[in-house]
Amino acid sequence: MIDIFDILGPVMVGPSSSHTAGAVRIGNMARTLLGEQPVRARIMLHGSFAETGTGHGTDKALVAGLLGEEPDDYDIPNSFQTAAEQGLRFTFEEIRLRDAHPNSVVLELEGAAGAHLKMQACSIGGGQIEVRELDGVPVNFTGRTNTLIIHNQDSKGYIADVTTTLSRAGINIANMNLCRDRRGGNAIMVIETDEKVPPVVLQFLKEYTGISHITYYEKEEK
Amino acid sequence: MDLDSMQRIIEQAKGLRKPIWQVVMDYDVETRMTTPEASMERMRATWRAMVDAADAYSGDRRSLSGLVGGDGERMRTYYRHHNSIGGEFTAEVIAQALAMGENNACMNRIVAAPTAGACGVMPAVLIPLWRKEGIPEDKMVEALYVSSAIGAVIAAKASISGAAGGCQAEIGSASAMAAGALTYLHGGMPEQICHAVAMALKNLMGLVCDPVAGLVEVPCVKRNVIGAMNAIAAADMALAGIQSRIPVDEVIEAMGDVGRRLPEEFRETALGGLAVTPTGRAVKERMAGNKKKHRTLTIKDGRWKMARPEEKSGAPS
Ligand code: SF4
Repeated sequence: MIDIFDILGPVMVGPSSSHTAGAVRIGNMARTLLGEQPVRARIMLHGSFAETGTGHGTDKALVAGLLGEEPDDYDIPNSFQTAAEQGLRFTFEEIRLRDAHPNSVVLELEGAAGAHLKMQACSIGGGQIEVRELDGVPVNFTGRTNTLIIHNQDSKGYIADVTTTLSRAGINIANMNLCRDRRGGNAIMVIETDEKVPPVVLQFLKEYTGISHITYYEKEEK
Repeated sequence: MDLDSMQRIIEQAKGLRKPIWQVVMDYDVETRMTTPEASMERMRATWRAMVDAADAYSGDRRSLSGLVGGDGERMRTYYRHHNSIGGEFTAEVIAQALAMGENNACMNRIVAAPTAGACGVMPAVLIPLWRKEGIPEDKMVEALYVSSAIGAVIAAKASISGAAGGCQAEIGSASAMAAGALTYLHGGMPEQICHAVAMALKNLMGLVCDPVAGLVEVPCVKRNVIGAMNAIAAADMALAGIQSRIPVDEVIEAMGDVGRRLPEEFRETALGGLAVTPTGRAVKERMAGNKKKHRTLTIKDGRWKMARPEEKSGAPS
């Protein structure tokens, strides 16, 4: 189903929906998943992001996103300055990833309160993005729907617990994805929902044993 | 209903005795699970964002490569002081197309329509017409619904991405969307809107995507001008009763076919056309030089620091 506001839109700072607007959204997504203000960022650009990123302002856009800016923020061209003011230190490198989308980036972040995040994402055109890897676990989600990301130790039964909790709260699961790095190891459950997940449900989920970390990304409402 | 055929959209509108824009709004309400009021408000905000972006233009800004900037203002100065060939309205359309394309290249705010590279086409025709004729804002919002449906059909049947379909998919699609909106604004019947779309697309079919150094600057900014002028011509032809001999949906499919068969060199890879001219290559080399400097720029403790490449030990290649 085509969204007519993907045809007339997004409202964005130029020059490129994939290399600029998408890059802002990737940075913003990483910040949300980190859950706090990032103070250090290692930014690794792959493919076309590395090749033509400077000319498209991809670098400024990624940093702007990390600062919590949206794709239409007039501050994007000055984001390096703003980063300095807000105490975000960052470095850029090139990286060669195997089998990755040409517009890919790997971000390694450290937050003000010590949180860490490693995320690989790509910008697939029209400002749309996909997160492909989180802390070494392959995932696939876009942030176009409400998204719950649950980190936990791979163990029996917790999937049922989570889905039961959601269904009791009247939340319909649109899409669900389960990934782990190895059996019994770290697992990430990505659940996209039709309805918003209210804070009490998040709180309830957080109290489950085995769930080490939970992040929630709410779809942008315009 | 899906927005995947112009013919079906106008049949649906006729069946329901609704104007096209309302059928498109119904589609939006249904697919995004929203209300008619919220849908209208968002479209109004989109229109206002276009107008604001036009007003925010500054002829002083330059793009990151330095290739682009100031031409919109140059055009305006020219037609205000000289007897321009196409007359004032045409000259302002040209100026607005350049100005919005430059806004985009210079990291100013724009509305992608349907893409950032082609963002100048729609405002270039809509804003001068709106000002000249004092068209009510609601009518402009309706015209945007019409054009979004045109873009959606092209996206479904062909493509609106330069990487997938060449520049015909970006500037061509924008031109078709603008032609449809103009035809609607001047009271065209649904069939006339379809003819305008078909003619606009036919005229730009095969246009390659060949951005110098891979940047949305050259030839993109000026191609917005041809997209806009072509839209005016197509709309006026349709309003005059001139018909496209090939039906609109077939034109869109043909355009999709051409796009798929365009060699990769002409699909945003910057490996063909203007990008590989001696001057185009020189720009690319200059940008590559800049990149190396840039890559090692670091901010430490709030201060700029230029690290030498050899200091970055342990970095992935
Ligand atoms: S040449 Fe390519 S990048 Fe430039 S406007 Fe056309 S399709 Fe977009």
